[in-house]
Parts: sequence; structure tokens; C-alpha cells
Amino acid sequence: MALKIPRHDMPCQDPAVRAHNFDEVALGYTEEMAVEEAKRCLQCKKPTCRSGCPVEVLIPDFIKQVAEGDFLAAAVTLKEKNSLPAVCGRVCPQESQCESQCILGKKGEPVAIGRLERFVADYEIKFGESHAEKPAPTGKKVAIIGGGPSGLACAGDLAKAGHGVTVFEALHVAGGVLMYGIPQFRLPKEIVQTEINNLKKMGVEIRTDEVVGKITSVDELMASGYDAVFIGTGAGLPYFMGIPGENLLGVYSANEFLTRTNLMKGYKFPEYATPIKVGKKVAVLGAGNVAMDGARTSLRLGAEEVSIVYRRSREEMPARAEEAHHAEEEGINFRLLTNPVALHGDEKGWVKSMTCLRYELGEPDASGRRSPVPIPGSEFELEVDTVVVAIGQGPNPLVTKSTPGLELNRRGNIVADPETLATSKRGVFAGGDIVTGAATVILAMGAGKKAAASIDEYLKNKN
Amino acid sequence: MYLYQVVKRRQLAPAIVLFEVEAPRVAAKVKAGQFVIVRMDEKSERIPLTVMDFNRERGTITIVIQDVGYSSCMINNMREGSSFLDFVGPLGVPSDIENYGTVVCMGGGLGIAPIYPIARALREAGNHVISILGARTADLLILREEMEAVSDEVVIVTDDGSLGTKGYHSTGLDQILAQGHKVQVIWAIGPMVMMRAVANYTKTLGIKTIVSMNPIMVDGTGMCGACRVKVGEETKFACVDGPEFDGHLVDFELAMQRLAFYKDEENRAKAHGACGQEGGH
Repeated sequence: MALKIPRHDMPCQDPAVRAHNFDEVALGYTEEMAVEEAKRCLQCKKPTCRSGCPVEVLIPDFIKQVAEGDFLAAAVTLKEKNSLPAVCGRVCPQESQCESQCILGKKGEPVAIGRLERFVADYEIKFGESHAEKPAPTGKKVAIIGGGPSGLACAGDLAKAGHGVTVFEALHVAGGVLMYGIPQFRLPKEIVQTEINNLKKMGVEIRTDEVVGKITSVDELMASGYDAVFIGTGAGLPYFMGIPGENLLGVYSANEFLTRTNLMKGYKFPEYATPIKVGKKVAVLGAGNVAMDGARTSLRLGAEEVSIVYRRSREEMPARAEEAHHAEEEGINFRLLTNPVALHGDEKGWVKSMTCLRYELGEPDASGRRSPVPIPGSEFELEVDTVVVAIGQGPNPLVTKSTPGLELNRRGNIVADPETLATSKRGVFAGGDIVTGAATVILAMGAGKKAAASIDEYLKNKN
Repeated sequence: MYLYQVVKRRQLAPAIVLFEVEAPRVAAKVKAGQFVIVRMDEKSERIPLTVMDFNRERGTITIVIQDVGYSSCMINNMREGSSFLDFVGPLGVPSDIENYGTVVCMGGGLGIAPIYPIARALREAGNHVISILGARTADLLILREEMEAVSDEVVIVTDDGSLGTKGYHSTGLDQILAQGHKVQVIWAIGPMVMMRAVANYTKTLGIKTIVSMNPIMVDGTGMCGACRVKVGEETKFACVDGPEFDGHLVDFELAMQRLAFYKDEENRAKAHGACGQEGGH
């Protein structure tokens, strides 16, 4: 019978309207929609959906509580496994995680687990009392370097276990990519801060403006009384293409473009003092989620024509299908099988065009993706006045360079045991993008939780 | 959360103000040549400022700022007792201090402030330190006494001749060389045009010259590349690879172009904002 109820679509702002504002695109379920959607869940005895969730949220349990209208109880259930549900309900690629394992998806549409998670978390933020119970202190102290998704998830679980937790964050607010990277229209910053405040209520101390590697080091933290350290410094080093003209005016790394807009609220300039400049014709290089965010942000800042420029085809695009779809609805062009080889500027040093080549797909490479091959003689000029480079990020070396004895791989990522996330340095654990390279928020959170469990274990055996 | 309180404010020249700020954790670690990033209040930008002085016992950092736009104007209006919301540092690579022999420290305009701790550290390392201080005109020449206290010799140059020798830093350098000094290395900090002129000149003389770049920055920790500078054939991030570079390799034309990127917005901010009120909180 559950199959007969259609999956509830997410109410969204009209594309024509939302392309010009920074308000959240997806509006969220109403109570009625949430209850109806929750009733679609078959309450499987062996819920496969849970195995698709990197933090193994008690999915059927919380959905049952939603179906019964007990939204606050559902929030408690959710938070047992997930410290940041309002964030995950918004930014997880559910189609390749929990929802991909939902039994209903075999013949029809899976239960909208992500939308229900978001509904419950938002409901709690609005109507719930924070019931952060403080556990008995163990007397042990853990330093967490980096206040992004992995660090925050690790901090939440360690605090629940009664350990004293301090998060060291280089920027002026914690949240990492949730604050500087993912735009307001996908993830309102107020939501992130509410979730971080809940962590603080659990006793997590967050020290902003503290750049580990400069103001202190991992060794100094250990010497000053921390019993263990978790490194979750992410993949914050922007890659450039390495082609001529990349230092021209109007050429941004996606990190700079998004940090100015999101973290510094450049979209509210001059009320907020940080400027952001976007021209009429924008090219965003790359086709991951960061590229989609850059392109959609450009539109909202007033660009007239925004293109995603990507050397492979649609099929190989790393972005979530939903993000690419939203971008397309808003009017972003996709210039696929295309890549720039040089940028050109005017006499004042402003970027004005790119020389591009057309590509075709060749044989699959080592990673299994078909590799792009340039077509000889296919050069053409593309007029642009802003370029956002979103071709990926590497590990920022500030912490790793200042930590002797920490084993790194060739790319500069920290080598950590896949089961325990222990590094080559005793008492030092690492997880998230600094270990895996740039991945997803929820994988980083999963790594943070995993590290918290093994740090807890380590502390029990440490006197 | 710390309170980065202004414990001393001193007007050094029209539009140039010195602030001594309580920031014990930064003061414990900072070295000559490094910088901090400050944010005055919730709606402010993050601005990089090279450290002028530090006192590890008092736990303070001294910065000097010139009113050149909306944000710097707001900061200049801060009073003793008010606080910065954010004060991040120390950032960047410290100056490479060793005993070179005879060194020349050139400060131009506001650049005299960041040259001060470098001159002091070089002197403490046993160098014979000759400082050349330059400004457009006499009343813009700052920190003369402080520089005299950390230099073996001081030469003053002004564009209009209202103080010291009329001319530029190169004029001062000529004087020193004419006296027979063998200069091993030069530090030059000041406006981009001054550093470019000095670097062009010393290249012809074959004297190693280090400059401190002041590009636009956002985070100051290497995550965005706003501060990129071309040094030789390489692109470097001034916040983590610098701010000091070999002046003979820096592409100053590009650096100047990039510095002017937000000129229109800066004017808009100034027109929109009500600078003139007391800043800080």
C-alpha cells in the first residue's frame, strides 16, 4: 500500500526568481508532507538504507516517529548518530547513499530520507528545546584541528563520551566548507551555526582565529596536556590550471570566489565590507559540486551568461545530478568536451577571452573514466570577463609541514589506518579530506565519527 | 574567545595611526617579517597588516595602519579600550635573519613600520644596519626615533626635500655606497612603485634585495590564492610562501594591476559607509 503514495517532491523556489536571490532554493516539507512521506516507509526488518548511510543513522526508527507525528522524538533518534542532521539532510548525495539502498527504489521511488531528515532537524531548531545532556567528564582532553565536517562530527561524539574537546579553527567561524564553500542558497549559514551552537552546549570549546602550524603545533598541543589530537584540516588548497593568463584580473579560484560570497557575505556588499566582482560573461572551469556552486553564485551576483566549461561529457561530471539539474533550470550553459588552453587579457590586465580546444572521449583511463582527447585544429575563442577555476583542491600543508613524524602520501595527504584512522604518530588521528583528498561532507563526518570511536578506545587504554 | 583590546593608540602622521593590541598568543610566537589578519567587527573585511612590533611580556602586537579606504578609516577611528573582533596570526614566513655583514633597511611611507622589527632583528644578529627612511614630505615620515634606536646609521630622504636629502631611496643608497660601504643585502618595504624602483636599481648594482609584498588577501592561510604573485616563472601565494620575495624576480606590473582590482568597489564602500564614527566594539 505504501507504494501507492507517490514520493513527495521538494517544494522549491521558482527557478526564474531564485536565480536572482540568495535565499534557500529548496523550501522543505510541511508537516503534512513529512507525515505522508514517512508513511511510505515499509519499516523493513533488515533496513538496507542504514548500510548506505556513512554514519548509520537509525533511519526506519526516526521515520516511524515522523509518521506518528512525534517530530521531536525523531530528532533525538537522528542525533544519536548524526550531530549535524540539518546540514546532512541538505547536502548529502542521498541518491548514491541511503536512498540508493531503499527497497522501494527497486520498483519505484525510494523514501525521501534526506528530505525527512532535514524536516526533522529544522523542526527541532524551530520548536525544540536543546536537551544537551552533559556526560560525566573522563578528565581526558582531545584537540581537534579544523572545525569542518570531520572535526565537528569527531568533537560531537567525543563530547558525548565525556572527554574535554577543543576545536582549533583557523578562520573566524567554525564550519569549514559548510561556511565558506557551500552557498547560502543551498545551506543557510544560520543553520550551520545553530548546529555548532548545539555542540558548544554539549561542552565543546571552539577556538577560532587559531592557525595550527603558526600559532601552535601538534607537538605543542600534545605537550600542553592534550591526550590525543585529531587532524581534520580538509582539502583547502586551490588548484589552478597552470595555463598562461591565470593571474589576470577577473580570474578567481573557486575557493576565493565562494569564500568572499559566503563566509564574508560579499553578496551583501556594501553592507558587508568585502567586495566580490563578477562580470557579464562568466566561465566556470570544472564540473563538480564546487563548479555548480560557483556558476549558480555568479548568476545570483548578476552575471548574464554563465557557462560550465568541462573537458569530459555530461556522464562523467562529478557533480550531483540534482545540482546540475538545478543549475540547468536556472539557465547555466554547459560547454562540455571543451577546455581552455590560454586566457587573454586587455591592456589593463582584465581577462577578456579564453582560447579553448574541443575534446572527444578516448579509451577509459586507470580510474575507469574515458579520458578526454583534444581534437587537433579545433581551437576557438570564448569571450569571458570572469573565470572561476573549480578543478579541485589539494591538502593545505600548514599543519602537516609543521608536524615532524607524520607520514604523508605522494599527494601530501596524511596516511591513516583505514580502520582506526590512527596516523604514524602515536595519539594523533586524522580523517576527512586531509586523508582521502576532496570528497563529500558526509564521508568526512563518517571519518570524524570513526576517529572519535578509536580515540575513545585509545584514551581508555591510556593512563 | 579572546578580546583583542587596543591598549595604546598613537597618531603618527595625518591618517597614520599606531595601535598596540592585546593578543598574547600571537605575541608569543610572532617573528620579524610576519603579518596578522584583522577584522574589526561582524561586517568588516579581513585585512592583512604587517606586524610593526611585539612585546612578549606584555602580550601585545603593534600594528600601524593608514587610512586609504573605508575599512582602514574605520580602524583608524578605534579608541583605546575598544577591541578587534578577530586578530589572526602570526602568518607568513618570517624574515631570513642572519649575520650578513652590512645590510640596508629601506622603509617608504607606511613601509617604515614593517621594516622596524626586521632592522631590529638584523642588528641583534650582529649586522651593521643602515636604514633609509623615505616619505613624500617631512610630516609623513613616521617612526624616526624608533628606527634610529635599532640602526647604526639612518639616512632620510623626502620627495620634496622638506627633510633630509631631496630624492628617493636610490639617492640614499648612492650616498651610502659613495661612503664605501659594502652592502650585502637590502630589505625594501613600501608602496609598490617604491619597491619596484628600488629593485630595478639594485638589480643594476647586483645587490640582493628582498621586498615584502602586500597584495589583496582574504584568508591569509593559503586556501584561496587571492594574494598570488608571479616570482620568476612561478606563481606564489604571498600569504604562505611570502610575504617576502626576491625583489629582482617579482613581477611588479602584475602586482600593481592586481592591487587595483577592487578600486570601484572600494570607492562604493567609502561612499556607502559612514566612516568618521568611532569604530570597534
